[in-house]
Amino acid sequence: MTAVEFREVSFRVSDRVILHKLSLSVAPGETLVLLGRSGCGKTTALKMVNGLLTPSVGEVQVDGRATTAWDAIQLRRGIGYVIQEVGLFPHFTVAQNIGLVPRLNSWPSERISARVCELLEQVGLPPGDFADRRPGQLSGGQRQRVGVARALAADPHLLLFDEPFGALDPVTRLELQNQFLALRDRLQKTSIFVTHDVREALRIGTRIALLDRGRLETLETPERFLNSLGPQTRAFLAVLEDKLQSPTPEARP
Amino acid sequence: MTDGGLWSEILSLTFEHLVLVAVSMLIAGGVGVPLGILLTRRAPLRGWVLGFANVMQTIPSLALFGFLIPIPLIGGIGKRTAIVALVLYALLPILRNTMVGILGVDAAVRESAIAMGMTDRQLLWEVELPLAAPTILAGVRVATVTTIGTATIAAAIGGGGLGVFIFRGIASVDTTQILAGAIPAAILALLSDGGIGWIEKRFSAA
Repeated sequence: MTAVEFREVSFRVSDRVILHKLSLSVAPGETLVLLGRSGCGKTTALKMVNGLLTPSVGEVQVDGRATTAWDAIQLRRGIGYVIQEVGLFPHFTVAQNIGLVPRLNSWPSERISARVCELLEQVGLPPGDFADRRPGQLSGGQRQRVGVARALAADPHLLLFDEPFGALDPVTRLELQNQFLALRDRLQKTSIFVTHDVREALRIGTRIALLDRGRLETLETPERFLNSLGPQTRAFLAVLEDKLQSPTPEARP
Repeated sequence: MTDGGLWSEILSLTFEHLVLVAVSMLIAGGVGVPLGILLTRRAPLRGWVLGFANVMQTIPSLALFGFLIPIPLIGGIGKRTAIVALVLYALLPILRNTMVGILGVDAAVRESAIAMGMTDRQLLWEVELPLAAPTILAGVRVATVTTIGTATIAAAIGGGGLGVFIFRGIASVDTTQILAGAIPAAILALLSDGGIGWIEKRFSAA
């Protein structure tokens, strides 16, 4: 049983080919990273999973059913979604933001507040201090923590991340990556994670899919990805080597 | 006319003026806001509807009142014609601000709302309208203040209101009469500007 499956998915906008015959499957519990340069189609692929976009050709299956056969609202309420801009509702408090999907699913209010507190604890924000704040009163890192908590709220099986930590400073990014890994080990959720940062991909992914101009070039575990020979893969790994070779105190003779 | 008579006439004509403006604004809001929302969902209609509302605004108000008189059902002499004309004027700012306010909602916020499984109705009521409210109210405020001024012309086609004083004052070269119409109209405009502005601020703070 696969959690998500792309079957020969192509996507075109007028004449431009964004994705070309993409086929891949995501197993339950794994973190698949979609890696690639800007415009390679990785975000497009991600948005097909929760039906924000529909393939021009082919189909994307979630839990064995094509996204087009799902009721879009039901499909989306079962999938957490975190984006770089976070997209918190500025007129809601932190607690209302996190409790949104449970409320849409008509949970009783005591259960929602209990869940909100639990999630705020999990993402490292003390509920007493943060529940009643508005998004405008948070730092970038805090906002993204709320974004992650909101995506987890209704306990979805599947989580989609679109460069969630891309706009954060390196230290905050590392903190959030570590928290992501800790949460993943605890919650065992299936995730699809879009990034253009090869270091992030290697840290976070259980498998890495490298897209180049709409085509899948490499699909490997991080260990084997390092030895992969695709030209675009080598280009990404060169970035990594370049950084490693830069003079650091330890590296000097 | 005694002073007492002038004061009571000011009071009754101010009230008449207020009713004229209130009815026009309720209709303009009732048509403009839903139409503005519709335009955010139907892009091809935008040019036509905004074009129509724009053209209405360019017609000099006295001429528009005049044009409406011979039209059956909505035309003729009296309040009804005046209200039709005032609604046509008030429509554009409300319509445009509703549309601009909703389209101005942060794309990331809208995408999140959709991705979290909000229906189109929930997106509208829980996200778009609350976030667009200050902009929509700004449109209502501009429309109201303008309408209070324009409504003085309603007297020219028998619509009543404070314009009665002004037209009478012009005809009899009586400054007191002109001021008896102009000052209450100015006060009404200032009060509604301040009042709606206050509501607008409360919504922006939220």
